[in-house]
Amino acid sequence: MSTVPLQIITPDRVLLEREVSMVTVKGGYGELGILPRHTPLATTVKPCLVKIKLENGEAKIPVTGGFLEVLPNAVTILADAAELPHEIDPDRAEASKQRALAKLASNLETEEERKHVEAALLRAELRLEALDWAQKHGNLLQTEN
Amino acid sequence: MAENPREIRRRIKSVRSTAQITKALEMVAAAKLRRVQSAVANARPYLAKMQDMLEGVAASARFVKHPLLVSRPVKRTGYLVITSDTGRAGPYNAQIFRRALQEFGHRDKSTYSIFAVGRKGRDFFRKTGYPIDGEITGLPDSPEYRSIASLAEKVVHAYAEGRFDELYFIYNEFINPVTQRPIVKKVLPLTNLHAIQETSPGKMPTQKKPQYLFEPDEQEVLSKLLPRYAETLVYQAVLDAKASEHAARMAAMKNATDNAKEMIEQLTLSLNRARQAAITTQIVEVVSGAQALE
Repeated sequence: MSTVPLQIITPDRVLLEREVSMVTVKGGYGELGILPRHTPLATTVKPCLVKIKLENGEAKIPVTGGFLEVLPNAVTILADAAELPHEIDPDRAEASKQRALAKLASNLETEEERKHVEAALLRAELRLEALDWAQKHGNLLQTEN
Repeated sequence: MAENPREIRRRIKSVRSTAQITKALEMVAAAKLRRVQSAVANARPYLAKMQDMLEGVAASARFVKHPLLVSRPVKRTGYLVITSDTGRAGPYNAQIFRRALQEFGHRDKSTYSIFAVGRKGRDFFRKTGYPIDGEITGLPDSPEYRSIASLAEKVVHAYAEGRFDELYFIYNEFINPVTQRPIVKKVLPLTNLHAIQETSPGKMPTQKKPQYLFEPDEQEVLSKLLPRYAETLVYQAVLDAKASEHAARMAAMKNATDNAKEMIEQLTLSLNRARQAAITTQIVEVVSGAQALE
């Protein structure tokens, strides 16, 4: 099976560096599956779970938006923020989810504020989902970093 | 200088304990400096890749327009001034203030605004009555991106909205652990995408870029990429300034320790003199007492 090197980079560090056979992200136009030898592409990435296919299974990484660059010999995700499943603090994610829900339930002043809270809610949910998935299917990225 | 031996002994003890404290602070600063330096190294790939991508976009898209790229007539200037939260860092903050005031000159205060990073800077500009538009204090010693994200967004947003027409960073550039230099750096507008290439510090040489496909289109990608790039520049500057801060503190504390050691030496010398003088006096007394009896 052919593979392509994938890098996920956040402003703080290189989060992940792996050979993958497929990457799935939510791009500017929606779900996007990148296989090796994809045509060069630059796109925005919406908050989503990035799904990667490794030689021994799959892994999901929550990414809170960013960019994707596909070159003939490399795929790079520049993430605003991203965490590996085992780095996620379930209590913190749960707490921020509840906080966002409570804020949504109360009256929000402006449309901008609502968007802000909704984005926070989505981030928390993505984290919890990734954690949940890793617990069910095993975390292949445990050894990373 | 005190002539009483007991007094001198007390002073030696007090100076010695000060030296111990400054020595400890020096080592703490050294450890923090190491940590920040590794954070700087870890943050480099993101900036490098982003510059890489911007170049690719610039090469693929011929007519790109974005507020961050356009030079406007300058009516108002934004300054991001980075200082520390605490003192004991030698001339670290003072030289920034001096540089900043020099930069502001005698211009009317409505023609510029300040974004203050660090408590020292905020307090200074507030006390001296300069206009502060945003501030962030209490940053960790080795900040993560998210701890400055809100300020970075605010600064870039304010520029994009036209609240000011150019943006400068004023901070201590980290050159090496013994040298830090206050600099004033123009950051926005990013007048030329291709110029990014030359000004980038951590840039790796890359092969010729193939033409990209864009989703949704180059304008959209660029309009997301540019603000993020500018925010990353803010983060890099903060990290750089933090490295300088720890280095400056290390140097200041080393000086203090050295001075204390020198002082201990001098005090020990005068203690010995005073003791000897006391012994001499006593001998003279004994001898003259004995002679009186003869």
